[in-house]
Amino acid sequence: MTDRRLSAGLKVGAYLAAAVALTLYVVEWPQDSLVARLVTFPHVLALTGQHLAIVALSSVLAILTAVPLGLMLTRDWARQWTPRVVGFVNVCQTVPSLAVVALAVGLLGIGATTAIVALWLYALLPILNNTLTGLDGVDAATLQAARGMGMRPGRVLRRIEVPLALPLIVAGVRTAVTVNIGSAILAAFVGGGGLGDLIIAGNNISRVQVVVLGAGLPMLMALIVDALFDVAAEETAG
Amino acid sequence: MIRFDQVSKSYGRNRQVIDDLTLAIAEGEICMLVGPSGCGKTTSMKMINRLVEPDSGTVLVDGRPVNSVDPIKLRLNIGYVIQEIGLFPHMSVADNIATVPVELGWPKPRVRARVDDLLALVDLEPGLYRTKRPRELSGGQRQRVGIARALAGDPRIMLMDEPFGALDPLTRAKMQDEFLAIQEKIRKTIVFVTHDTDEALKMGDHIAVMRAGRLLQYGTPTEILRHPADTFVADLIGSRKGLKLLRLLDCGSLMRQGAAAADLPVLPARATAEQALSEMLRCGCRSVAVADASGVTLGRLDLDDLIDRVARDD
Amino acid sequence: MDFISFLVAYWPTLIQLTAEHLGIIVVAMALSLALGLVVGIAISFSPRAAAIVLGINGLLMTFPSLALFSLLVPVLGIGSAPAIAGLVVYTQLPLVRNVYTGLTGIDPALIEAAEGMGLTPLKILWKIKLPLAWPAILTGIRTATVMGIGIGAIAAYVGAGGLGVLIFQGISRNNDAMVIVGAILISAISILTDRLLARIGDRDRS
Ligand SMILES: Nc1ncnc2c1ncn2[C@@H]1O[C@H](COP(=O)(O)OP(=O)(O)OP(=O)(O)O)[C@@H](O)[C@H]1O
Ligand SMILES: [Mg+2]
Repeated sequence: MTDRRLSAGLKVGAYLAAAVALTLYVVEWPQDSLVARLVTFPHVLALTGQHLAIVALSSVLAILTAVPLGLMLTRDWARQWTPRVVGFVNVCQTVPSLAVVALAVGLLGIGATTAIVALWLYALLPILNNTLTGLDGVDAATLQAARGMGMRPGRVLRRIEVPLALPLIVAGVRTAVTVNIGSAILAAFVGGGGLGDLIIAGNNISRVQVVVLGAGLPMLMALIVDALFDVAAEETAG
Repeated sequence: MIRFDQVSKSYGRNRQVIDDLTLAIAEGEICMLVGPSGCGKTTSMKMINRLVEPDSGTVLVDGRPVNSVDPIKLRLNIGYVIQEIGLFPHMSVADNIATVPVELGWPKPRVRARVDDLLALVDLEPGLYRTKRPRELSGGQRQRVGIARALAGDPRIMLMDEPFGALDPLTRAKMQDEFLAIQEKIRKTIVFVTHDTDEALKMGDHIAVMRAGRLLQYGTPTEILRHPADTFVADLIGSRKGLKLLRLLDCGSLMRQGAAAADLPVLPARATAEQALSEMLRCGCRSVAVADASGVTLGRLDLDDLIDRVARDD
Repeated sequence: MDFISFLVAYWPTLIQLTAEHLGIIVVAMALSLALGLVVGIAISFSPRAAAIVLGINGLLMTFPSLALFSLLVPVLGIGSAPAIAGLVVYTQLPLVRNVYTGLTGIDPALIEAAEGMGLTPLKILWKIKLPLAWPAILTGIRTATVMGIGIGAIAAYVGAGGLGVLIFQGISRNNDAMVIVGAILISAISILTDRLLARIGDRDRS
């Protein structure tokens, strides 16, 4: 386990170093003066911060809504509907992220809030899906045994159901966060900022360096999150 | 027909799986390979159709070393029933059976006729089973289809790896009887793997007893029963040797020809001596009458003859 | 409201953009499927090559599509070419992975039975492995196609056309009806395609 942590730590370090190196390279050796004016260290840092903030806020909101919703929808009175809800959520998951962002714009107008709301809704789906599947998959005999020993429903939930469903819930969060890091690029279209700004700017002035920087940073961000979730998956599985 | 000549095989450095195996199997015979799990039965068998290549020594079929024959050609002419049956789940029963004939390029009508013949041979109504998928069959029916598939290209050699392994004892006994009846008609050279000694004694013309990659004894069932090579073989055969010997003899060959008293129980000539003894014990008589298939009395079998014959070593 | 009037005024354009979008998807999927089958089959013979190819594919997946499309424009020009090329890249992973797992997940006893009966490796691939892997391959096609429909919308930003045009033009012209219609159309096409391919899969299975 410590081995895993160590290797995850090394990976995270390597990706961070790569991100810094990539930024430094563009800042120090810009293609031309246009790039030099556009890409400065503070600017890149600010966009990265915005990107992270959008992802973090929408993901936390998604966890805080999807998990309780999943818990509620798997109580006895609703359990018979669980497969159908999962089916519905699965259908919703096929809706592309750009469509969700666009719908949010149509309803809320332009701005960072729009981006966060859109990504929140989009991240909700995988988490809810996995929470439902995880809780629904807890062996009925195990639940019977727990109840038979005199555990109250709340205790059964906390001590049996959630721990058993946790690996799947974490996997759902992992999917949601990873997808969100990519989707947050679309925030740039709705005035939400983030690293998508760099890609769009690079595209508008046709500077490969800027586009690559705008693409490379979220890519490395996704890799870092992936390495961290490797550890989380290990911990919750054991 | 099939010969193993000082064949050895190991996996990795010190995993000797087959150790200097020499064995000759005659044409038209059933040779049973018996031995405990992991002793190398499957591995030996797979060397015949080159699914496994020996490290040293040669395997010969019809006097030709198999490694001088193109493996595809070799395999198309050797029927193979694997331990797990391995019917193709996406093909109908008919298509499964037709696999090798199609590879051999037979014309369609001939393939279709062959499939129906084989289904009838293994006692599956062609009209009913042709179009079924393997998952719609019972375990015993799957085994039958597996055997039909192996017979399809009319190979002279059949390799059968525990073909009845997954069956309940009743179905198993029935399949054994049916298979022996089929073999009466088709006279293939058959290598048959089992780890059930009774099955080996019942079905084999010869039995090869293996242990840890070595051949311990090769002989007819009677030889193995009467003169086990060592304590391992003796233990493998187990107790009640006398009764097992009775099982190897049939009434037709033991009886005295001529008339028999009308009140004696009647047994067919194909019945085993064990059945005759059982019949005698049941009715409290010392003889049974032996009749042919149409019920005409052929002769009489006495208890004393039976005892003499089993006790006599020949 | 202006929603209705938008639909009334623009329906021919909507149909044209939908056709454009589907056209790009069909061409990209056909190319991607051909490539994915070849690659998936090739790596099914070597676990090491599979690890490398799937790893590279996974890495490519995290590369933002907007950036890839933008980088492809100078190479392939404006229009559907960069969109198709980009879509082929992004749809490779689900296709290759499913072809690979489908081919390698087959019961080894079946392969052995086929080998033992004297089928050549090519025949085994064609008659046994591919038919048995087909449900998995179809799932890959479904995942890839639905993903491609969404990513294809982003390609409109670099001038590839398709339904994404409604969203990007709608945003820049501040036309909410246009944005919403674009979003709904793309969502509807995604869901319908997913259901359709799922139904084909169910039918094949029975
Ligand atoms: N491909 C392989 N790689 C490594 N070891 C193998 C391989 N195939 C077989 N073995 C080993 O060779 C030995 C003999 O295997 P084999 O399958 O011939 O046994 P068997 O007599 O058929 O047993 P069973 O009755 O269980 O089928 C076993 O110890 C097995 O683990
Ligand atoms: Mg075996």
